[in-house]
This record gives sequence, C-alpha cells and structure tokens, in this order.
Amino acid sequence: MKSKTVKRKVTVAVVYALLCGFGALFFLPFLWLVTTSLKADDAIFEFPPRWIPSRRERIEVEGRLRGVYTLQVQGEHLKVVHLKDSPQGAHVRVLEPEVRGGEKLLVAKEDMRPVRHIHFRWENYPRALRTFPFLLYTRNTLLIAVSVVIGTLVSCSVVAYGFARMRWPGRDLAFILVLATMMLPDQALVLPRFIMFRHLGWIGTFKPLIVPAFFGTAFDIFLLRQFFLTLPGELSDAARIDGCSELGILWRIVVPLSKPALATVALLTFIWCWLDFMGPLVYLNDESMYTLALGLAAFLGRHGADWSGLMAAGTVVIAPIVAIFFLAQRTFIRGIALTGMKG
Amino acid sequence: MTPGDRKRLGAGLLFISPWIAGFLLFLLYPMVSSFYYSLCRYPMLRPPQFIGLGNYARLLHDEYFWKALGNTAFMFIELPLMVCLGLGLALLLNQAVRGMPFFRTVFYLPAIVPIVASAMLWLWIYNPEYGLANVLLTKLHLPHLRWLVDPRTSKLSFIIMDLWAAGAGMIIYLAALQGVPEHLFEAAELDGAGAWQKLIHVIMPSISPVVLFMVIMGMITLFQYFTQAWIMTQPRGGPEYSTLFYALYLFQNGFEYFRMGYACAMAWILFVIILGATLLILRSSQRWVYYEESR
Repeated sequence: MKSKTVKRKVTVAVVYALLCGFGALFFLPFLWLVTTSLKADDAIFEFPPRWIPSRRERIEVEGRLRGVYTLQVQGEHLKVVHLKDSPQGAHVRVLEPEVRGGEKLLVAKEDMRPVRHIHFRWENYPRALRTFPFLLYTRNTLLIAVSVVIGTLVSCSVVAYGFARMRWPGRDLAFILVLATMMLPDQALVLPRFIMFRHLGWIGTFKPLIVPAFFGTAFDIFLLRQFFLTLPGELSDAARIDGCSELGILWRIVVPLSKPALATVALLTFIWCWLDFMGPLVYLNDESMYTLALGLAAFLGRHGADWSGLMAAGTVVIAPIVAIFFLAQRTFIRGIALTGMKG
Repeated sequence: MTPGDRKRLGAGLLFISPWIAGFLLFLLYPMVSSFYYSLCRYPMLRPPQFIGLGNYARLLHDEYFWKALGNTAFMFIELPLMVCLGLGLALLLNQAVRGMPFFRTVFYLPAIVPIVASAMLWLWIYNPEYGLANVLLTKLHLPHLRWLVDPRTSKLSFIIMDLWAAGAGMIIYLAALQGVPEHLFEAAELDGAGAWQKLIHVIMPSISPVVLFMVIMGMITLFQYFTQAWIMTQPRGGPEYSTLFYALYLFQNGFEYFRMGYACAMAWILFVIILGATLLILRSSQRWVYYEESR
C-alpha cells in the first residue's frame, strides 16, 4: 500500500514538472510581447534583452541630455555623467559621492556601466493607436462579426433542425454531402468566388464577407445538429399534436432548450471573424474598411522596424480575445467538446 | 414514394433550402466555373479565352510550382509533431492534479491569438540580432540561427511557431479523453494493466476516431498554408523561395500576376491532391481506427 502512495506522489511531481516546463515555454512569447510593447527604443535593441522594461538615466548638462554611468576607480564606486569622448578615453564629471562632486576625470570607456531605471513606456500605446486607427478597425470588425453571427445562427439552426428533428427520405445522404463540403479548401475557392463577387460589384464592400453566412456553414450545421439530436422528442411530438408548425416548434421549443449550443456557435463564429485574414485581404480594398487583422498587417508592412509600436498594437488586438476567452471559458470548452464528438 | 413521403421530403428540403442555395451559389458554381477558367487564358481584365489543357501543361514545366509543392510537402513533418504534442499535453492535463483549469488556459491561449498578431510577434522573436529565439539559444550555449532569413531554417521556424498553437488540438483530445468510458478502465485494471498498457489498449483505441478527424483537418490546413508565409517573409516566398508554399503561389498567380486561369488550374490540382490524400488516410484508418460497436 505504501509503495503505491509513493508511486502516486512521484507521478504527480513528474506531471507538475512537465506542466510547468511546457507552460513556461508556451507563456514566454506573451511575456516577450508585453515587455517589448512597454520598452523605450534604446532598450529594444539590447542583447541580451532585459525582461523588465527600463530606460537609461540622462541628465541635462550644458544644454544637452547626457548619459549617467557608474564605474569603479581605485576601488571607489562613482556615479558620473558622460561629457565627451576623446582618443584617450571618455571625459566624465563625478556626481556621487557628493564629496567628489564636480570633479572631472578621464576614464576608459569599457569600465562605464549605464545606469538604468525600471520604466514602463506607456506612451507606446497611444502612439501605436494613432498610426493604427484601432477604433475604426474595431468598428468594422464588429460590424462584420455581428452580422455573420446573426446570419449563422438563423440559417444554421433552421437547417440543423431539418437534419436533426425531421424525418424525410434522402436526409442522411444530404447530411453526408454537408459534411463532405467541410473538406473543400477555402483557398482553392477564393479565386472563382472573387470573380463571381466582382461580377456582382461586391468587391470593396462587406457583402462578400457577410452574405454567405446567411446560407449556413457546414461546421455550424454539424455542431447544432449534434446538439438538437440530444433533445427529447416528446415535447415536439406534443406540440405537433396541438397543431404547432415545425417552425413554431423550432422557435418555441428547440431554440430555448438549445441556448448553450447556440451560444457556443455564436462565440466560435465571432472569434473566427475576429481572426480571419484572407477574406478581408481579398475582398476589401479601401483602407477605411479594413478589419483589425488586415489593419495590423498593413501596419506591419509600413512600420516594420517600430517593434514597440507593433507589439503594442498586437497586444491591443489580442487582449479582447483573451478577455472573451476568460469570460466565456465554459461555453467555449463545451463547444469544443461537441466538435470532438464522433460524427 | 407515398404522398406522405413526398410531403415530408418537401418539408425537409424547405428547411435545408438555405444550405442548398448556399451550396449552389458559393460552392458548386465557383467550383464548376473555376474548372472552366482553368481551361482558359484569363488575365482578369479581359474575358476568358479557351485554351484547353494549356495551363496544366505549363504547370508541369513551372519550376516554382514544383518548388511550392515540395515546400508544402516538407511542412507535413508538422502533422505527426502536432498530433503528438497535442495528445501529450492532453494526457498531462487529464491527470487528476490541482490547477488544471489554469494550465489548460496557458496551453490554449496561443491557439486563439489572431494569426496576423502571432506572425508579427514571432517575426520579432525570430529577429536574428535581438530576438528571443536567439536569447534562448545563448542560454543553452548553442550558436545563433538566422531563422526566417536562412533558407535552411525558414520552414523549421514556421513549424515551431505552429507548434506553439498546438493547444487547439489539445482541447479536442482532452474532450475525447474525458469521454473514454470508465468501465473500460475498470476492466483493464482488473486484468492488471499498467499505465502504459492502458494508454495503448484502452485510451488510444477509444480516441482514434478523433485522431483521424484531426489528421484529416490538419492535412487540409497544411495544404492551405498561407497567412504566416504572406506576412512573415519578405519578399514573399522567403529566402531562395524556401517558403513559397502552394497556397501562397496560387494566391500570387491570381491576385498579383492576374493569371486567373493558371491559378484556377492550381486550385483544381489542389482539390485532387486533397481528395487523394483524404482517401489514402481513410483507407489506412481501417487498420488503426477503432469504432465502438453501434449500440
């Protein structure tokens, strides 16, 4: 018995060690994102980098900002301000200790260590948001995402009802066809769709991104059908006897009972819209209509070297998704569990 | 067909009519028209002009087409790694230990980061002079790599970045693991099975249909590899065309060189390849996927 508890303890220790090790690896990039977004420019290009953002201490001497350093001269620690360089070395003036204050020295440049203070450069955020019209892009993204969510919920629940709660010849064959369309790569369909939407004059509008959602998507139909199948049949039978139409049953009985599944579909669809890149890239051409993802890519193209600004913009795009995930974790996990169901 | 059947068929079709309309408009029509375009010279601004199999013949002699196909094939190293990492993390999280929700969140978060944002972040991580990736190599006393800038490591860089998002698969495996029937474990324990034997003889067979689903979906995703390569390598296609992936070259042909017919031919070859690969995986699955007897 005793050896069994020891064995269990060892197992738990190994599991924790692995979880923490992998966890740290997975979390590191996020930390890197946020620290970079708060760094001053001179701190970004530093190797090895520091994890806590800091900035050099500088003071004004003779009308110019000059760097402050520490160094050791004959065993004594000095704090100095750098005045100028010459072939012999660096000319500095002592700041501390106070007894030697004002004394001028000529020292070797290699001995000087810059003084740094922890400093979060919050200004990176407003600066990034000025070059990157976050509010406008958020509005565009929300407009598309909300329309797509509404369209998906309406169309997919009707279609899923037809597959799950009604009996008709050929139904299962038709459902297999729905599943098969999930295999079709979007990338290969994007060209002919683009040509079609161009003939309709829809390029440069939100229509190509929104309208298809009102015709149902295979994945969401599948998800809702799986859920509708689990609801008891007696309620709808009773309603049918009372003369309720099928649409009435869907609206009055199935939809109220399926709120969790509908919430999952809404959430997954919303997040998918928030992440989508290729759709907006192909169909939108006016910069004022860009979504967050597309805007971020454009920002990257234009300010490729402004890492702190880019990371600030990235943080701002990622943060809402992370917040939604924390708020709706249970809905999310349940939806994923439905996805994994054997179908 | 009895009149009752006919009535029920009508009602059923009425309910799924939105999907039928969408299927015809946004799937079937684009597919058929793209097949026609693939047989045409179609520079977008002028109407398509029929040239038979000319585009397909030209593709066979297009070295970039083969390069793109080869690069995409290389990325399939990722598929088993993705399955192993996702499944491994799920097995770890399936242990009855405290703090599971916390770790689940940590591993899952990268999977919901927009690809554009993660591409940007990893571009900075892979920065040859100041990036995090080389910082870690320094800590491990290894020589620095040039990551995305070097044709020998550019695809590897993409694979590592994708593995970071393995949490997407992990969550699905985790759900499947929690659905493994308890009575199977009890039976295995009565037979004196250890942890390893339980994994091989109970867990793996039970979740094999989910693994099959993930392998097929993963394969399709890899054939569509686009956004990361579009954003992260300049000029697009990367150093010595080492990150010119199939979907990227297809997109460039269509939207940058306006060779719509040529691009549609590539799209159709992609359909055929994906169909073939799916059939191949399904066929092999008869040997390794276990379906519970229907109740």
